[in-house]
Amino acid sequence: MELILVQALSGLASAASLFLVASGLSIIFGVTRIVNFAHGAFYMLGAYVAFTLTDRFSGALGFWGGLVAASLIVALLGALMEMVLLRRIYHAPELFQLLATFGVTLMVQDIVVLIWGADDLMGPRAPGFTGAFSLFGRLVPTYDLLLIVLGPAVLGALWLLFHRTRWGVLVRAATQDRDMVACLGVNQKWLFTSVFALGVFLAALGGALQIPRTTVTHYMDLSIIVEVFVVVVIGGLGSVTGAFIAAVLVSELNALGILVLPKISLIAVFLVMAVVLVVRPYGLLGKAERGVRASAGISFRPWKPMSQWERIGAAVLVASAALLPLFAGNYLLSVGSEILVFVLFAASLHFMMTVGGLASFGHAAFFGLGAYGAAFAVKFLGAPMEVALLVGPLFGLIGAVVSGWFCVRLSGVYFAMLTLAFAQIIWSIAFQWVEVTGGDNGILGIWPSAWASSPRGFFWLTLGVSVVGVALLRMLVFSPYGFGLRATRDNTLRSDAIGIDRKSVQWAALLVAGTFAGVAGALFAFLKGSVFPESLAIPISVDGLVMVLLGGIETVSGAVVGAIVYKALAIWLMSQTDLSKLVLGAIIVLLVVAAPKGIVGFIEDWRHRRPPAPNGTGPEAAGKSGTVGIAKMEAAE
Amino acid sequence: MKLEVSDLNSFYGPAHILFDVGFAVGEGEVVAMLGRNGAGKSTTFRSVVGLVSRRAGSVIFEGEDVSRLPPYEIVRRGLGYVPEDRRIFTELSVEENFEVGRQKARPGVAEWTPDRIYKLFPNLGEMRKRLGGDMSGGEQQMLSIGRTLMGNPSLVLLDEPSEGLAPKIVEQMADAILAMKREGLSIIISEQNLHFAKLICDRAYIIEKGRIRFSGTIDELEAHPEIRDAYLAV
Amino acid sequence: MTTLLDVKGLVKSYSGVHAVRDVSFAVRPGEILALIGPNGAGKSTCFNMLNGQIRPDAGSIKLAGEEVVGLPPRTVWRRGVGRTFQITATFSSMTVRENVQVALLSFHRRLWSLFGYAGKSYLDEANELLTLVGMQEQAERPCGELAYGDLKRLELAVALANQPRLLLMDEPTAGMAPKERVELMRLTAGIARRKDIGVLFTEHDMDVVFEHADEVMVLNRGQLVARGTPQQVRSDPHVQAIYLGDGLLYDAKHRKETVQ
Repeated sequence: MELILVQALSGLASAASLFLVASGLSIIFGVTRIVNFAHGAFYMLGAYVAFTLTDRFSGALGFWGGLVAASLIVALLGALMEMVLLRRIYHAPELFQLLATFGVTLMVQDIVVLIWGADDLMGPRAPGFTGAFSLFGRLVPTYDLLLIVLGPAVLGALWLLFHRTRWGVLVRAATQDRDMVACLGVNQKWLFTSVFALGVFLAALGGALQIPRTTVTHYMDLSIIVEVFVVVVIGGLGSVTGAFIAAVLVSELNALGILVLPKISLIAVFLVMAVVLVVRPYGLLGKAERGVRASAGISFRPWKPMSQWERIGAAVLVASAALLPLFAGNYLLSVGSEILVFVLFAASLHFMMTVGGLASFGHAAFFGLGAYGAAFAVKFLGAPMEVALLVGPLFGLIGAVVSGWFCVRLSGVYFAMLTLAFAQIIWSIAFQWVEVTGGDNGILGIWPSAWASSPRGFFWLTLGVSVVGVALLRMLVFSPYGFGLRATRDNTLRSDAIGIDRKSVQWAALLVAGTFAGVAGALFAFLKGSVFPESLAIPISVDGLVMVLLGGIETVSGAVVGAIVYKALAIWLMSQTDLSKLVLGAIIVLLVVAAPKGIVGFIEDWRHRRPPAPNGTGPEAAGKSGTVGIAKMEAAE
Repeated sequence: MKLEVSDLNSFYGPAHILFDVGFAVGEGEVVAMLGRNGAGKSTTFRSVVGLVSRRAGSVIFEGEDVSRLPPYEIVRRGLGYVPEDRRIFTELSVEENFEVGRQKARPGVAEWTPDRIYKLFPNLGEMRKRLGGDMSGGEQQMLSIGRTLMGNPSLVLLDEPSEGLAPKIVEQMADAILAMKREGLSIIISEQNLHFAKLICDRAYIIEKGRIRFSGTIDELEAHPEIRDAYLAV
Repeated sequence: MTTLLDVKGLVKSYSGVHAVRDVSFAVRPGEILALIGPNGAGKSTCFNMLNGQIRPDAGSIKLAGEEVVGLPPRTVWRRGVGRTFQITATFSSMTVRENVQVALLSFHRRLWSLFGYAGKSYLDEANELLTLVGMQEQAERPCGELAYGDLKRLELAVALANQPRLLLMDEPTAGMAPKERVELMRLTAGIARRKDIGVLFTEHDMDVVFEHADEVMVLNRGQLVARGTPQQVRSDPHVQAIYLGDGLLYDAKHRKETVQ
């Protein structure tokens, strides 16, 4: 009983930082409609800068001054990012915005290591709060008490700020309709920048306040961002009070869950989230999104199946790829196989994203499940490759059944955040359940059957599987089912009104995507001969997203091109630089800002640049009838 | 002239929407911009306040060319805009909606305060703490106009003030617009409803397919039913 | 006279506020019935209950004698209730014909077929529907580039794809020019009469209401306060007081009749 109380207090103390970061994310989302993935990076930067100010340059500002100064510095960086990057993409689809902020996250990860090194850092303790007091014979740090008080204090301060100041009223108005606020004489640029700076300040403060409690690490950004996503999904995006309640809830579940189920406390959190989402799809205090924006992949040029010539062209390309092993060396062939695996992976994500309008940030879950499924089949059942290649997709399918059941209840940003959370949970299971998965050591010795064991044989295998997979997905796009799926993407209201069961149709899309991603993952396991938790991790999910965007979100199969270009580039980069995340992040940011339509989208735009149809509403048609109108009018006068 | 717009051309993406649109509003005048749906009325208004990014032409407001300014700068100079779908802040109370619209008073002109607006729209005075989302369509239209008045404009662009309202409410709206005129405001409204325009306007323009087709008094328009039929098709 | 839709004692309240109270009415096949009333009178709530989007607190809705209360919108749609929306709802990434084809695929329960090119399915039926609304010439055009009036006609074709017996139209002419309004309503009326479809529509344009409705119902504060021919409703002093006002805003022709 005492233990429970002490753990509960510790949970409350953890809730403070979580709440600060989550409320910042919520406030920023409210006004800018951007889910700031880089929020975790700012949290981490807050901790690092606070460490430097309090440890290396202590004295100048004192400990507390150091924390505040660190948060202000990071807030300034945030404002800079808003002005330089986000201002350019406020009108881009939300998926692109998420991706751009993710690019920043990647860059910050490398920058932090460059500046502060890769080792964990131990910050100073808070003066005046170094001690602990005894509760039922157990020690509770006094610093925890401070944090427990701080959470509600910040909540109260934010409430006053938003309800009692003109700035706050403007922010609340802009949360609802930012363009209208501008039409009433408010300079929304600075409103946005100040809101973003406030949100980043809260995140950085959350990080800075952690230095007396935990070590500062260069991977604390991803761990907090997943927890924060869970918090805002439970509390409701845009609701500060909701963020507070959810932060307490999640922290307590973590603190107390450890007592009951030490290994799977994360699962307890996920289950609570699932229950909340089923009962209240927009979170505890969230509201339905008004005027839901067009989801990714709305194309104004209707898709057509391949023409005869395009079919022949595709066949020629596949045939020439099949001839590659006749003259390419082993290294090139294994690179080729890897690219082909990712072609299939990207195509599966492309299917749910562009046809279904369902942007997943956790597609690696299915890829990794496929890889682990294949590995388990080999390791525990002694199955041959042919069987394992079926077990992998089965795992992907099962994962999609489970996560899809929850995810299809949501849409847009919520959907993306939930997929990410799901992928992270699978990852942590693979990471922690050492007895079965081998944890960090992975599973080794997953080798192909003899006929596919040579680089040449395996290349042909992956080529065959990927081509068939991509072809099947393409066929599905034009099937009646594909039409129904596009209908749910284009217009929910109308698709409901013509009897389409949106949830089932979208769930099925997830099953398809999960299964094909599972195939890719299983192939990947045999390509590498091993499986590690990395195959489930965020970078793989993001690789998939970048491939899809690079290929073009409005295309039928652009992901194929995107995957080839991106994967080849990435493999080459890895061999050239240690700062691959920095370069990759920069490429993502540039891509979002400069070429939002992707490679194939760009080519198609160019191909379709032709005069408008004769009966079109194009400028020419309007001009012609306009002249007639003038003549009529003169006659009338 | 309070507002003089000439050679206004606007584009949405590659589509050319407005062609050499020109019109003017005199001091204290109520002018109607008539036209069918999609004729270009809203685009004209949106272009004047700077909401259409690709536009060319001159917009002279009180002697100054404002066509290169961002929306908030234009509005701060006294050019108020009430959008066609009202766009009130549903999560904010009546008073808070007014606060968002508040701007500095212009010298020499009585400042608009919530109390003055409650006199213009007595309904609103009875629901100061009510959330915008809990109000009827007519009340929301009043709130939207009141919110713009809080910016102390000297000219107001009213985009389709009668759209979607019950006839009885529209009649009240007409009274309020005439009261605003008596306060010295210049007003231009966009309308599809000729009956409504007749109740309040001195002059009218007709816009069709992005071009101004007619300019004259309401009486002249009445005298030429063929123009009305060609462009308004009542 | 047969009854197509029989609504009895419909009640719905939100957190204690009565949105709709004790509304009863009937629609006959081929009849065009307008539902008018001030904003917030409960018109949308009524509509949403009729197609299953909202479940009423009490009351019954019988479509051709069968109870539909409690059925989800999908099922109500299958029973023969089509709907158009105030703001057109179409699939902007598809061609005009594909929009109709999706509805037909759904109606024929073919949406779960994974093979075959959907663009070739139900071509004749789709073309027939498009001809009916005068959109056959534009069948290949991307729906995203249609003019507003054409979108409305496309929506009508989509709403007809399930061979409805009842058509619910929420402010069908909102945002249209007067001439287009007349054309759309004539088109609707013609189809309704020929196919014996009952039409229930809400509308704020009194010219449209008085010209095209066989009968008009007036809803105020959740209650039906009048039903009758356009003539009767127009001259009802109560309706004038709560909704129509002094009649300055609809065509003089009607006003004169009222004065007489």
